[in-house]
Amino acid sequence: MALFRRHRAIAALALAAALATACGSPAQDTAKATGTQDSVDAALKAGGSITYWTWTPSAKAQVAAFEQEYPNVKVNLVNAGTGKDQYTKLQNAIKAGSGGPDVAQIEYQALPQFALPGSLVDLNQYGFGTFQKDYTASTWTSVTVNNALFGLPQDSGPMALFYNKEDFDKYGIAVPKTWDEYLDAAKKLHAADPTKFITSDIGDPGFTTSMIWQAGGHPFSTDGRNVKINLDDAGAQKWTKVWDQLVQGKLLSTVKGWSDDWYRALGDGSIATLVTGAWMPGVFKSSVTAGSGKWAVAPMPTYDGQPVSAENGGSTQSVLKQSSNPALAAAFVRWLNHGNGVKPFIASGGFPSTTADLNSPAFLDATDPYFGGQQVNKVLTAASGAVAKGWSYLPYQLYANSVYGDTVGKSYLNGTDIGSGLKAWQATLVDYGNQQGFTVSAG
Amino acid sequence: MSSVLRPRRSRTLTAVMALYLLYTLIPLAWLLISATKTQPDLLSTPGLSFGGVFALFDNIGQTFTYNNGIFLRWLGNTLLYVVVGAGGATVLATAAGYGLAKYRFRGRQAVFAVVLGAIAVPGTALAVPTFLLFSRLGLTDTPLAVIIPSLISPFGLYLIWVYATDAIPDEMMEAARIDGAGEIRIFLAVTLRQLAPGIVTVALFAVVATWNNYFLPLIMLSDPNWYPLTVGLNQWNAQAIGAAAQPVYNLVITGSVLTIVPLVIAFLFLQRFWQSGLTAGSVKQ
Repeated sequence: MALFRRHRAIAALALAAALATACGSPAQDTAKATGTQDSVDAALKAGGSITYWTWTPSAKAQVAAFEQEYPNVKVNLVNAGTGKDQYTKLQNAIKAGSGGPDVAQIEYQALPQFALPGSLVDLNQYGFGTFQKDYTASTWTSVTVNNALFGLPQDSGPMALFYNKEDFDKYGIAVPKTWDEYLDAAKKLHAADPTKFITSDIGDPGFTTSMIWQAGGHPFSTDGRNVKINLDDAGAQKWTKVWDQLVQGKLLSTVKGWSDDWYRALGDGSIATLVTGAWMPGVFKSSVTAGSGKWAVAPMPTYDGQPVSAENGGSTQSVLKQSSNPALAAAFVRWLNHGNGVKPFIASGGFPSTTADLNSPAFLDATDPYFGGQQVNKVLTAASGAVAKGWSYLPYQLYANSVYGDTVGKSYLNGTDIGSGLKAWQATLVDYGNQQGFTVSAG
Repeated sequence: MSSVLRPRRSRTLTAVMALYLLYTLIPLAWLLISATKTQPDLLSTPGLSFGGVFALFDNIGQTFTYNNGIFLRWLGNTLLYVVVGAGGATVLATAAGYGLAKYRFRGRQAVFAVVLGAIAVPGTALAVPTFLLFSRLGLTDTPLAVIIPSLISPFGLYLIWVYATDAIPDEMMEAARIDGAGEIRIFLAVTLRQLAPGIVTVALFAVVATWNNYFLPLIMLSDPNWYPLTVGLNQWNAQAIGAAAQPVYNLVITGSVLTIVPLVIAFLFLQRFWQSGLTAGSVKQ
C-alpha cells in the first residue's frame, strides 16, 4: 500500500500549499462574545438542512436519531475522508469560500489550525460556554483556543497501558507502574522470546507529542500570532531518556502502526503492549478478534509512580464560519455532544468526554469479556481525570506532523538519539511558522 | 551461429527478464491470493499463502454490498469519467494532432511549444490551482470537475501529431482533394483509418490515466457519491487508522482486484493495435 502512502504525502503537500495563504489572514478577534442559547433553540424550531462531515462510524445512528427527534431538520451526512484527507478538503473549501460543510469533525490536534485563521464559529455566542462543567478538563481545554470555544468535545483519548496478559503471565513479567519498570519488562520479554516486542513504534507524531505531554512538557504555546516552540524542555528530555533506550536497544517492533501487519501482531502476541487512547477497546473488539481474552488494561506507566496521563486522539464537532445557518449547525452540535447524541456514540463503542457519562455506574461497572471480564472503564475514566494540564498543539500541527518523518523519524531509523531529531523538527517548524506569518521563537 | 532471424540466446538477458517477470508478477500474485482471504485470515496468515477458507466470492459479495453498495456506484462513476473524459480526450487529441501535423498556419510553432511545455507540467502541480478555478465556477464536487480536466491530453495530441506526420502522405490528401472531397470528409473518411493505431494508443493511455486518476478527484470531490474507485478504495483503506478504526483490508484488496480487471481486459483486446502503434515510423519507407 505504498501507493496510498505516496499519495498521502502529495495530499499533505497540497494542504500545506493551501495553508500558505489561508494562514496569512489575520487571527480572529477573540474578544469574548457570549450570548444565549435562544437563537439556537429558535433555529431548531424553524428547521432547515445542514451538511455534516465526519468519519466517525457512529454518525449514521446519531443522524438517524436526530432526524427522528427533529423531523424538520435534514442532516446531510458526508464522509469526506479520514483525518488528513478530510482536512485537505476542508482547507480547500475554506480557501475557496464555499463548498464546505456546516459542521465538521476535527481532531483536537488539528483544531487550532482551523480556529486561529478564523474559519470556525465561536460557540460562546450561543452561550455554550456554560457547558464547561459537564466535560473533562482536558477535552474542554482542547476545544478552547484563545478563550474562544470552537466546538464541543465528542470522544476523548486519555491514555492507558493496554497489555497482553498472556505474554506477561507466560514470562512472569509484572505489569509496569513506572517507565523504568516498563523498560525492564521490554528487556525481559524480548530476551525470553526474540520474536516478541514490548510495543511497536517507528516514530509517530501523535504518540511523541502525547508522551511529551505526559512527561509534563509544554513544547508549543501560542499567543495571538506569537508562537513558542521548545521540543527540548524538561518533559521532552524525560521522555527521550526512556525511549532512546528502547529504540537504541532495538527493543521496539518496527511494524508500522495501523498496518495489516500491526493488527496481526496485536492478535498473536508479538506486540505485548500499547500505550494509547481510551478509544482503543472499540478497535480491539472490532478488528483484533484473535486477541480476545488475552488483553487487559492498566494505568499508563509514569516517571515517579504517581498517576498522570495525557490525551491521544479524540475529536470535536465544530461549526464553520462558511455555514449559511450557523445557529442550526450549533444546535446539531449541542444535541450531538451535549444531548441525546452521546448515548448512541457510547453504544457504538466510543469513549465520551462528558463527565456524567464517564462516571455513571452503568459505564464504570460494565465488564468486558474481550478484556477477560475486566471493568476497563474504571481504569480509563480514572485516566481521564489524571491528564496533565496546560497542553496545547501548534497552530500548524498538521504540517508539523507531515514533516515529522523527515526529522524525528530519521532518529528512529538510524538509531540516533531522539532529542537530536526533535531539535531538527523544531528548526523546521520555526522556519515554517515564520514563513506563514507567525512570529516563532525557539526555546 | 546467430543471425538476424535466429538471434543468439543470452543467459544474462534471460535471467534479467525472469527477475523482471517475477518483480511484476509477485505483487499481482499477492493481490490475487489475498483477495481470497477473510479479514481475520488476512491478519493471521503470511502474505503469499492461502488462508483457512476460500473467501473470494464472499469478499466480492461484501465489496459490492458494503456501505449500501457504494462500490458499484464508484465503479459507475469511474466508467463515466473514463468514457466521457478519456473518450473526449482521444477525440480532441486526434482532431488537434492531425490538424497541427497536416496544415500550415500562423502560430503553429507557438502551439507546438505550448503543447510540449504542457507535457512537462505534471497534472498534480496543477490540481490546486484548478481546484480554485473550478470553485469560482461553482463546479467543484460535481462530475464535471473530474471530466473537464481529463479532456486535455497534451501527450496524446503530441503522439497523434507525430504519428499523423508519418502515417498520412500529403499525396493521399492531395488525391482526395482532386477527387472533390472537403477537408472534413478527408479527415473522417480517409485519414481517420490511417490514424487508427495511433488513436488506439492514445485512447489506451487516456483510459489508463483516467482510470487511475487519484489526486484530481481527491481534491475536487467531497461527496463520496461522486468518487471514482481509486479515491473510494483509499477511503476504505484509511478507515483502518486511529480512533474508531474499522479496517476492511479484505474489501480494499478485493476492490483493487475488481478495479484492475477491466483494465487488463482492455489491454488484452487492444494489444494488437497498441503494438502496431508503438512501432509506427520505426522503418523508413
